[in-house]
Amino acid sequence: MERHRQNQSNTIELLTSQTEPIEHMERHRLNQSSAGDTVTIGPVTTTTHRVSVMLQLPWVVTAQVDVVLVLVSLWSLWSRLSHLNYPGAVVFDEVYYGQFVSLYMKRVFFIDDSGPPLGHMILALGAYLGGFDGNFVWNRIGAEYPSSVSVWSLRLLPALCGALCVPLVYLLTLELKFSHLSALGAALLLLLENSLIVQSRFMLLESVLIFFLLLAFFSYLRFHNSPSSSWSRFSWLLVSGASCSAAVGVKYMGVFSYLLLLGVASLHTWKLIGDRTVNHISVCVQCVCRFVCLLLVPVLLYVFWFYVHLSLLNRSGPHDQQMSSAFQASLQGGLSRITQGQPLEVAYGSQVTLRSSASQPIPCWLHSHKANYPIRYENGRGSSHQQQVTCYPFKDVNNWWVVKDPSRQDLVVGSPPRPVRHGDVIQLVHGMTSRFLNSHDVAAPMSPHAQEVSGYIDFNASMATQNLWRVDISNREAESEVWKTILSEVRLVHVNTSAVLKMSGVSLPDWGFGQLEVVAEKLFKLHGGSLGWTVEEHRYGTSQEQKEREAELHSPTHIDVDRKISFWAKFLELQWKMLTVKQEDSEHKYSSAPLEWITMETNIAYWLHSSTNAQIHLIGNPVSWGVANLSLLAYQLLAAVYVLRRRRGIKDLPESVWDQFVCLGCVCVGGWLVNFVPFLLMEKTLFLYHYLPALCYLYLLCPALLEHTHTNLLSDVTHRRALCVFASTVLLSVFLSYRTFCPLTYGSPELSATQLQGLKWRDTWDILYRRR
Amino acid sequence: MATGECVSQWKQTGDTSTLRNRRTVASSGSVTEDSPRHAAGPSSGSDTHSSNGTSARLSPRGGSGDGAAGRQLLLLLLVGGLSFSTRLYNISEPPHVCWDETHFGKMGSYYINRTFFFDVHPPLGKMLIGLAGYMSGYNGTFPFIKPGDKYEHHNYAGMRAFCAVLGSFLPIFAYLTVLELSQSHTAALITAALLIFDTGSITISQYILLDPILLFFIMAAVLSMVKFNQQRHRPFTASWWLWLVLTGVNLAGALGVKFVGLFVILLVGLNTVSDIWRLLGDLNLSLVNIAKHFLARVFSLILLPLFLYVTIFAIHFVVLNKSGPGDGFFSSAFQSRLIGNNLHNASMPEYLAYGSTITVKNLRIAGGYLHSHWHLYPEGVGAKQQQVTAYLHKDYNNLWLVHRQDHNESQSGTPDLVRHGDIIQLAHKETTRNLHSHLYEAPLTKKHFQVTGYGINATGDTNDLWQVEVCGGRKGDLVKVLRSKVRFRHRATGCVLFSSGKTLPKWGWEQQEVTCSPYLKETPSSQWNIEDHINPKLPNISLSVLKPHFLEILLESHIVMIRGNSGLKPKDNEMTSQPWHWPINYQGLRFSGVNDTEYRVYLLGNPVIWWMNLACLGMYLVMVVVASVALQRGFTLDQRRMDHSHVLKRGGGLLLLGWIIHYAPFFTMGRVLYYHHYFPAMLFSSMLTGVTLDVLLENTDLLLRPPYSHWLKRGGQMLFLFTVLYSFYLFHPLSYGMTGPLAHEPGSAMAGLKWMDSWEF
Repeated sequence: MERHRQNQSNTIELLTSQTEPIEHMERHRLNQSSAGDTVTIGPVTTTTHRVSVMLQLPWVVTAQVDVVLVLVSLWSLWSRLSHLNYPGAVVFDEVYYGQFVSLYMKRVFFIDDSGPPLGHMILALGAYLGGFDGNFVWNRIGAEYPSSVSVWSLRLLPALCGALCVPLVYLLTLELKFSHLSALGAALLLLLENSLIVQSRFMLLESVLIFFLLLAFFSYLRFHNSPSSSWSRFSWLLVSGASCSAAVGVKYMGVFSYLLLLGVASLHTWKLIGDRTVNHISVCVQCVCRFVCLLLVPVLLYVFWFYVHLSLLNRSGPHDQQMSSAFQASLQGGLSRITQGQPLEVAYGSQVTLRSSASQPIPCWLHSHKANYPIRYENGRGSSHQQQVTCYPFKDVNNWWVVKDPSRQDLVVGSPPRPVRHGDVIQLVHGMTSRFLNSHDVAAPMSPHAQEVSGYIDFNASMATQNLWRVDISNREAESEVWKTILSEVRLVHVNTSAVLKMSGVSLPDWGFGQLEVVAEKLFKLHGGSLGWTVEEHRYGTSQEQKEREAELHSPTHIDVDRKISFWAKFLELQWKMLTVKQEDSEHKYSSAPLEWITMETNIAYWLHSSTNAQIHLIGNPVSWGVANLSLLAYQLLAAVYVLRRRRGIKDLPESVWDQFVCLGCVCVGGWLVNFVPFLLMEKTLFLYHYLPALCYLYLLCPALLEHTHTNLLSDVTHRRALCVFASTVLLSVFLSYRTFCPLTYGSPELSATQLQGLKWRDTWDILYRRR
Repeated sequence: MATGECVSQWKQTGDTSTLRNRRTVASSGSVTEDSPRHAAGPSSGSDTHSSNGTSARLSPRGGSGDGAAGRQLLLLLLVGGLSFSTRLYNISEPPHVCWDETHFGKMGSYYINRTFFFDVHPPLGKMLIGLAGYMSGYNGTFPFIKPGDKYEHHNYAGMRAFCAVLGSFLPIFAYLTVLELSQSHTAALITAALLIFDTGSITISQYILLDPILLFFIMAAVLSMVKFNQQRHRPFTASWWLWLVLTGVNLAGALGVKFVGLFVILLVGLNTVSDIWRLLGDLNLSLVNIAKHFLARVFSLILLPLFLYVTIFAIHFVVLNKSGPGDGFFSSAFQSRLIGNNLHNASMPEYLAYGSTITVKNLRIAGGYLHSHWHLYPEGVGAKQQQVTAYLHKDYNNLWLVHRQDHNESQSGTPDLVRHGDIIQLAHKETTRNLHSHLYEAPLTKKHFQVTGYGINATGDTNDLWQVEVCGGRKGDLVKVLRSKVRFRHRATGCVLFSSGKTLPKWGWEQQEVTCSPYLKETPSSQWNIEDHINPKLPNISLSVLKPHFLEILLESHIVMIRGNSGLKPKDNEMTSQPWHWPINYQGLRFSGVNDTEYRVYLLGNPVIWWMNLACLGMYLVMVVVASVALQRGFTLDQRRMDHSHVLKRGGGLLLLGWIIHYAPFFTMGRVLYYHHYFPAMLFSSMLTGVTLDVLLENTDLLLRPPYSHWLKRGGQMLFLFTVLYSFYLFHPLSYGMTGPLAHEPGSAMAGLKWMDSWEF
């Protein structure tokens, strides 16, 4: 803990006897932190030993321990980690994250659109260390964990992160160049915040996010405050970049804080560029270093989280179907078991199943069956009455189609096989019914603006066959690319009308067995959405006769071809899917609007004991919540006054104090803004816990602002004393309200109904009573 | 000599502007013969303020003689002439309704006929269209039913010409704006050429649409703002006031046409804030002076536009005094103003009675009528019973019958009146189902209960019972039609009938959700009034409903508009477009005609111009970064380059800001978006291109030695002009219409020009 020697009081005398370079550094630090005559500091004790490389001197070790910091950290650890096993039941969103932890343990692939994988992986790491085998069904809140599950280890890592936030806030305040007393204040506010405690003590991600955010800012400021001569400070910058990346990796919300940090860093860099005392080369080198540490490394690390994620999850699972065939084939089990050993190149005579690459509403295969379109639909429109062609979301023998050369009659693969290339015209023959895939200028059943697609039956009704389709490989690399199984995404363009085969996503009524409608639509009407079809199952047809072919279609596929999809393709696909998968926009009983968070209108009931009134709620400490809001307001007012007066040439503050004040605003008010404002624009379901990161910044702001007032605004001793008394009163009431809400935070002891009633400080809070 | 001096001055002009009496310097770069920026010479005298650096000093208007002024006038005439001729050419083609003419033409007719309607945009644009139609002899009788309808004898060309004239001012305004910002005729001409020959700008100006009017006001506001900025050294003079007031007037105009006008207000607002910031930093100005400046801006840029905007609405409400298609969107009180509405001088039974047929309207602003229809909630959404919704339009499915709990209404004599605290059933008249609620969660607002229609022909269960509560009433109070605020409290669960205002998905026909809320707080969402009340057994009494105050009408119509705007969700199979499509000209809009026999017009920007704009945007960023870093590192630049970097940073910065403000917000919008929403941003982008290209070509001497660099510059300008003209020649059928085969077929006028698959001509 040699960090804390820079500050005031008599520690300095103790240190002056040190060796030359350290002393030099010392002065530098002192200059930075000499923010006027600050309060005398509390118990910074030092123990002096000493190390020296010079052999003739005695071996001495110098260590300094900030006892306050240690005590606060211990208290914090105790508050977050004690009785972590209780309650031994699934609490609130554990039910959500738990399923992913289980899937990690079983190494089964899944997609979660709520955030990047690092957060889940951290939770899974805890589970792994505790020896969790993934065999627990997270199906409802309140379900008791079996004794085989180590609840403690599941919750350990988030709790640890939550606990470490407190010392981090302490250090961050110091880096903002405020006193130890302010640092202590900030740490205490964070420590005594009930909602943070609740959020840290369960298998949830907010505390992890907050930890990384604070770490990123702390290490960046550490870097910025270090003397520019030392190169070791860039390691701090590296830490900062890495924790930014980790924050983004835990939740997408981290992006905004990352951007804020980049903004601050680029301002500093801009100043550096303007510094004419530094030569060009040095400026260039520094800029490059910053670029690498703050942009390149985070991006690479972010990709790395996905790399780990994808290498961990290598088995197929329930979310397979949302991914492309190529992606699925890279997972063990599932599709790869089926497609293993298929021929790669689609040739004339190939038997294939065609999967729609649109995964909305569900993935499905091109399908036909022995049933015709009804002559008249319900609304009186007529159809061609030919055989239905649909998209069917299950594997079925009717999903098989044979690729036929229009100029030849045979349906077998020649030797050598003649591969189908981009631009070739083919016919598709339905394997079981031998009908040709056909489209014509008849309105489709559910989407009358598009053409109907049918299996052609000749009714002698002056409806000519129009069964030629051009193969258009949309992800081709060369013009004459061969149509490949799984890898190629193909558009089937109807030759007569240049319409494109497409799954419309509408379910057919009863006559179509509720399967999905397939239509052909003119290209210009299509926008967005993917129109491609992928060959999934594939084999070379060998039987010319219909009966033989039917038998062949029923038999499993064979032959061996190896194919791989690169990590980058998988990463991009997964990332894109995660960003575009639409979440069901539903309201939750405990969801709330962002503006309600500021006044804490709502709480969230996390857990209720199955038989007693013991319960856990996400309720913040109302007093500190109010203090936070007040300090935010006060800072803005103060800043407005300062800025206007400075503009008029009246400098109230010395330059160094002004810089400190601005830096405080950038980090704290800026941090609050970037963690709060984006929610106002979001349409997803939001909860009170989304506000917690923003809140932490306000707790950082509050004591620093008090100190600023104390040292710079109040000159009268009585006023100062009054402020001190005021501050300690506030702190005391923060502590008291923390104590009051403790039963709802830790879930014990159980309270009576009247006591619970007494805790309902706001009408809108939802506190549960069990009817006896 | 000038270089060093200017550099030092430059440094100081960054934030303070103490150098009030600086002598102006002639530019020290190589003077080219007919580049007007250098022709000015030392001009504006010692009062030139330094903080705007070059622009005032190098003013082309600054007294450099009649020759320059004459040439400027000539250029302006040239721009104007070309602009008018491209826009007015072929104006009456095609002689049928194109695209959104069906809406805005119709609304123009409404003004002529004075019938009330509802639209999501403020009224100024449609009023002007109506006025133009009226002046040009259109009598408001054409129905404008759907695109493609033939106009025949109706006089529509006047309205089109009016829009086209306003649209023709865009290149002129852009020319003047860029001239003001960059002090370079070349830059201004480049901009004008881009806009004159852009097929998109031509097409959008040629039809009866709000966009040309909106764009006109936006550009006029920007021009006046820029002109006003130029007047900053002569505060409180007549021209200073003129441009300030004009800015305000145009802002009101822009906002009065569409809410997109808010973006330009934001731009002007930011500009004004930075202006005041500059004044605040000028320590020579006393606080009183600053207050004067501040108040002048408050008056001209806030109060005046607000007044004008309100006036527009006042005219709107005065003119439209007859009942029309928009009535149902508004509250009962509002409707009573309209001649022909059944609430106008309404007469109906005064107190709600059993056996009456009623409509029930929600009291939240833009709240709908309680509605039901022959459709069930789909599988998985609560119980599969009949839907109950809130619907904004008047419809026979809004009618409900009031029954007693036990259905024994007296068949003869005067019916009993409903009182506060009575328990009633509400039966839907059309389907005979009862209003019903139960402990299933509502479809969208999950915290509430579902409301359904249940039972048939007066059978039902206890969940059909509702208690009537008059807000602020006591037991036994009667329910006044139209005036009482009523709540319906569900007997069994204790919840109140509630309209959440959320739009149901397609299965609910995009009507609004109705729920039963367990939270008993009194909000307009849970209060209803009885609007129509039909009971032949009761005497009708003339009701003079409280006529609403003008400000109430104003507020209400705004909330209705905003709701309507955010309610515009894309329908199935409708052309939707994403904001990122726009700058790359990914997909246009079909104005008229689909197949090869029809007269087709397709709204699509000239791709060459649009892609050039995009490229210049990137180039601009690079150039600005390079210039800024060079200055920040303290490289000494000569005067000419200082000027250029100043133009880039100030002028270009303003235009870039305009582009961002008019483009970025669309990414966050939930409503349905169309290609033409990009046009305001495209204007800024084109102006930025003018500035960028000009500075780029002026700096060719970084690459080559003088004579060659000059040739390169000239060559570049020629190449630019040729490209723009040739691409216009290629793509002009998009605007002026084409017939014959489609572009992908041989023999078309557009053969080979379908460069992107997504274009549909």
